[in-house]
Amino acid sequence: MDISDLKGAAAGDMRYIGKRVARTEDSKLLKGQGSYVDDVHLPNMLQAAVLRSPHAHAKIVSIDCTAARALNGVHAVYTHADLSGRARGRAPSMLPNPAIRFERTQELLASTEVTFAGEAVAFVVADTRYIAEDACGLIEVEYDTLPAVADCRDGLLPDSPLCHTDAKDNIVAHIEMGFGDIDAAFTDAPHVVEETYWQNRGSAHPMETRGYIAEYHPTNGELTVWSSGQAPHHEKKNLVELLEWDAEKLRVLMNDVGGGFGPKLPFYPEEGLVAIAAVALKRPVKWIEDRREHFLSVTQERDQWWTVRMALDTDGKIRGVKLEMVHDNGAFLPWGIITPYISITTTPGPYVIPAMGAKLDVVYTNKCATSPVRGAGRPQAVFAMERILDKAARALGMDRAELRWRNLIQPEQMPYDAGFIYRDGSPLRYDSGDYPACQKAALERANYTGFAERKAKARSEGRFVGIGMASFVEGTGMGPFEGATVRVQANGRVVVITGASPQGQGHKTTFAQICAEQLNVPLETIDVITGDTGGISMGVGTFASRVTVNAGNSVYIAAQAVRDKMFTLAAHLWKCATDDLVLIDGHVARRSGVEQRFSYAQLAKISQGMPGFTMPAGLTAGLEETKYFSPAQSTYCNGTAVVELEVDRETGHISILNYVMAHDSGKLINPMIVDGQVIGSVAHGIGNATLEWMQYDENAQPTTTNFGEYLLPMATDVPNVDVVHLETPSPLNPLGVKGAGEGGTIPAAAAIIAAIEDALSEYGVEFTEAPLVPQRVFEKLKAAGAYAR
Amino acid sequence: METRTVRVVVNGTAYEREVEPRRMLGDFLRHDLDLTGTHYGCEHGVCGACTVLIDGRTARACLTLAAQMDGHTLTTVEGLAGADGTLNALQKAFAECHALQCGFCTPGMLMTLTELLNETDSPTEAEIREAITGNLCRCTGYQPIVAAALLAAQRIREQRAAAPAAQATE
Repeated sequence: MDISDLKGAAAGDMRYIGKRVARTEDSKLLKGQGSYVDDVHLPNMLQAAVLRSPHAHAKIVSIDCTAARALNGVHAVYTHADLSGRARGRAPSMLPNPAIRFERTQELLASTEVTFAGEAVAFVVADTRYIAEDACGLIEVEYDTLPAVADCRDGLLPDSPLCHTDAKDNIVAHIEMGFGDIDAAFTDAPHVVEETYWQNRGSAHPMETRGYIAEYHPTNGELTVWSSGQAPHHEKKNLVELLEWDAEKLRVLMNDVGGGFGPKLPFYPEEGLVAIAAVALKRPVKWIEDRREHFLSVTQERDQWWTVRMALDTDGKIRGVKLEMVHDNGAFLPWGIITPYISITTTPGPYVIPAMGAKLDVVYTNKCATSPVRGAGRPQAVFAMERILDKAARALGMDRAELRWRNLIQPEQMPYDAGFIYRDGSPLRYDSGDYPACQKAALERANYTGFAERKAKARSEGRFVGIGMASFVEGTGMGPFEGATVRVQANGRVVVITGASPQGQGHKTTFAQICAEQLNVPLETIDVITGDTGGISMGVGTFASRVTVNAGNSVYIAAQAVRDKMFTLAAHLWKCATDDLVLIDGHVARRSGVEQRFSYAQLAKISQGMPGFTMPAGLTAGLEETKYFSPAQSTYCNGTAVVELEVDRETGHISILNYVMAHDSGKLINPMIVDGQVIGSVAHGIGNATLEWMQYDENAQPTTTNFGEYLLPMATDVPNVDVVHLETPSPLNPLGVKGAGEGGTIPAAAAIIAAIEDALSEYGVEFTEAPLVPQRVFEKLKAAGAYAR
Repeated sequence: METRTVRVVVNGTAYEREVEPRRMLGDFLRHDLDLTGTHYGCEHGVCGACTVLIDGRTARACLTLAAQMDGHTLTTVEGLAGADGTLNALQKAFAECHALQCGFCTPGMLMTLTELLNETDSPTEAEIREAITGNLCRCTGYQPIVAAALLAAQRIREQRAAAPAAQATE
């Protein structure tokens, strides 16, 4: 069994780019020799635990730590009163936006008011984690509970309780945006369809939870922080601010990280707390989150309520779309209002939509904060758009694929202005892509035209099968920049250093491929260093499917600059022209029949100069270049999912029979790795569509706080995914790449739930929610009389 | 502090340690023996990242007390590769099929599949999927893991077929 039947792999004579190169990361991870944050054992290290609020909303009346501090093995107990300086304030504000009416980020430890169940109240440092947890149990906190905002829609009502008692209401932001003449689009429209959708996305749940270690070096005043995160330079920036630390004496390291998918990106209080404790106690301090804490305190996406109205002409052409959406923000803004903003701006998808009008309310609730989870608000947007298209197809009596086909943006319309302003501040301009080809490829691979026959046959056997489809366009590879240093060492080995740290995406292999291609050296001679703020001065981080575009192109440009430097140096030494030179297996050689060669090692040594001698004119020190690639705008990836599945009418259980994912993320550097990203993100989407539901009760108490209550997809829940690659190179970067890490997730819920609805079409049930869990399928069928005798 | 003595063989090496009665096996392996390949993903027995073999049978290191291990023989992910570091058939197949991304669930996956391949030399795709339902992976979508297990089973069968005499004398 192949992972996928690769279509459209890059042609040409490239040695590494476009090849299914085995990962350089794997060997040590397969032997249990990874270095995840909890694997780092430092001498004299202490362990920490966090006491969290059990209430969704309460005033803190008093905290008594006497017994906890007295426990043998406890070294320190911190409450807000024990913090000082900037650390007494709130976490730095990320991504400010003028639309935010009331900006609120989290305190390291709550001072007077807790606003979600799970908010950190006290931090205990002890000899072992066991003792630290014992001590948490000895801390007595007196709370005065307050009414909580549990439902974001209720939070908008005038008599709603307040999420934050010092705010005047619960509105984070109210945004209205649109384009075209939306009123004209609906006036006299032959068809108008309308529906309300509820969607809940949980958290990302990487298998490794969060964790941090801080070590203070009193001899030189340096502070080293290890983190299981997604953006070392971002973490450093926050720590420098909160600790009021000298940026030159703070280093953040991310060694191996066990998955991220978004929520490991924002700043969390524990990062600051381990550092504060390590400095105060002059001993290394480690805090490792447990899964229950991850459920309580790590960002999610959660509820969005959408009302969608679509106006269409008789021929199925979309005239306009009106959207109203309410986003359950949670109690804090760790990552601005990016998620709901992306949701709104993703709705046009691959379709020509002459006019849109959108109203967005982002609402504070007494729950854990939200921030992007793989897909970042886009799965909800695609669900809203694709489900209303299914409804429109029924209203018009038109085939679902045909309706979509008639509205697709054509390749000759590229670049295409979709109408909105995207999150990067520039117009939402699709740079490239062949959306009709993508839909066609997916439908053909799924044998869509033969489905009616398959459905009829299944029905004659008493089985209910259905097919669904959904397409998306995703802004990827956004700026501001990422950087890479490429250096030829004196031993001839090549080092690539970048600030974009991986969480499993295979960056080290991908960057080595890009570099090896430019320098014409074996992959084995390249070492890639990631996740170290000491390695490169600036970095942005791994999120938003941006790394291959930003860091990949930085590696490409830096490696070419190093190659040019080697040519300049060799040409100087041989007194020849640079165009007489060629790279052959780690050597610079002459083209013109002259038998002269310099190994990269020789050139690297020469380039380092001799003490006291002047560098030759035109040459700069070292075979080393650092380049920062800044894309002009996002580059847009696209795809179409077609899902065929069977529904057990009696239980609502589904079995996926065929899952086709046609995907265009531009040029593929390593198709094996891209397949892994696409298939993995499809599995994430299947979880979102059918299983994952982060639930809170009417008091905003979380009720799904372990993997028994919140279900992740198991091996028996996901099928083999049939990936079809299209490769439309991006014109916006030298490598022609686009992001690939989220596309599989984005259309999954829309396509799967459409297929469930189609399987049960004879009962006329419509499904307007995601996740769609079996009991809800059963309830709808029962209400429709499916079980009546 | 009350302690218990644990005498245990892990990956062929005998250890004797004093442990607190409440010390979990995962903490014992990771912190007392410095075998950090066994990972904690949930600490409530669902995710399977901490799966180890106790006397050849899979068990959750997060739900097992270290003190219970006295007199037992354990295999962890560190015990799979050859003494010279050569990957075994299953590990090699994982690398070839891109069956790991972040690598955090991988040790538990490998241990569960080691047990399966010890029990059956020709598992079907459905049997493999069923076997790893107790191991959650968030990165791969499982498809390449299943492919790797099928490939490894095939290679192991071929090795056995190629060397029947050697096997008989063992």
